[in-house]
Amino acid sequence: MSEGPKIELGRRYRFSASHRLHSPQLSEEENCRVYGKCNNPYGHGHNYVVEVSVSGAVDPSTGMIVNLADLDGFVQREVIDAFDHKSLNEEVEAFRERVPTTEYVCMEIYQRLKHFPLARLERVRVEETSNNAFEYAGEEIQDRVAVR
Amino acid sequence: MVYLTRKIEFSASHLYHNPALSAEENRRIFGKCNNPHGHGHNYTLEVTVAGEPDPVTGMVLDLKELREILEREIMQRMDHRFLNYEVPELKGQIPTCENIVRVIWGLLEPRITQGKLHKVRLYETPELFADCYRNGAGAR
Repeated sequence: MSEGPKIELGRRYRFSASHRLHSPQLSEEENCRVYGKCNNPYGHGHNYVVEVSVSGAVDPSTGMIVNLADLDGFVQREVIDAFDHKSLNEEVEAFRERVPTTEYVCMEIYQRLKHFPLARLERVRVEETSNNAFEYAGEEIQDRVAVR
Repeated sequence: MVYLTRKIEFSASHLYHNPALSAEENRRIFGKCNNPHGHGHNYTLEVTVAGEPDPVTGMVLDLKELREILEREIMQRMDHRFLNYEVPELKGQIPTCENIVRVIWGLLEPRITQGKLHKVRLYETPELFADCYRNGAGAR
């Protein structure tokens, strides 16, 4: 415990988007069985909440790991502008080939944010509704290697 | 290992200002938080203690005891206070969420003698929070 405790900053963002869960690898019947209502061909939408956690040294002159204006601007550009009030299937390149389940939405947001230059991205949590949430922290083994 | 979390809320005012920086730099870096009259938040604090349940009581630690520690160390020190001027542990520091959570960790860690303090999460607003946890423990 010589280094003292570790500190992370967490910030919550919101966007609203539509999606449809449909896998081209499955038959119509299987899609219907696996995805249920989420397979509705017209799609449907959610108010998503994205929780972003970053870590780093707390700058003694500002008391901050990162200035919120910088983090907010980065998330806005990389994620919110691209996802908010969009059809994830039609308008986000990553979901042309991948079913936009919240697992994949969470991983895609992690990929978009992991290059944030001013702090280390620890994890992304996405709430699709207030009753379900998904977290992704990258592939731990690779991350450990990268850090050392 | 079981993780037990207790939540408390306190209200306090603060402002961000670094006397080593110019007035203009302070305004640029801290924005509205640099208002010299200060402003306030309803803070929510979540304290997580990790441990094995005692075989006799079935408890990691007695919640009453944790409540008393939180009352004494946090509520009496920070609730309805101006954090910059009235909390000696924050003297000379900008009272950001990051710094407050670290001070709270330092106040609580030696007081938790049954189980171990695992994580402290401080919400400044529902949209902004800081976590502090034992180095190497992983964020769980």
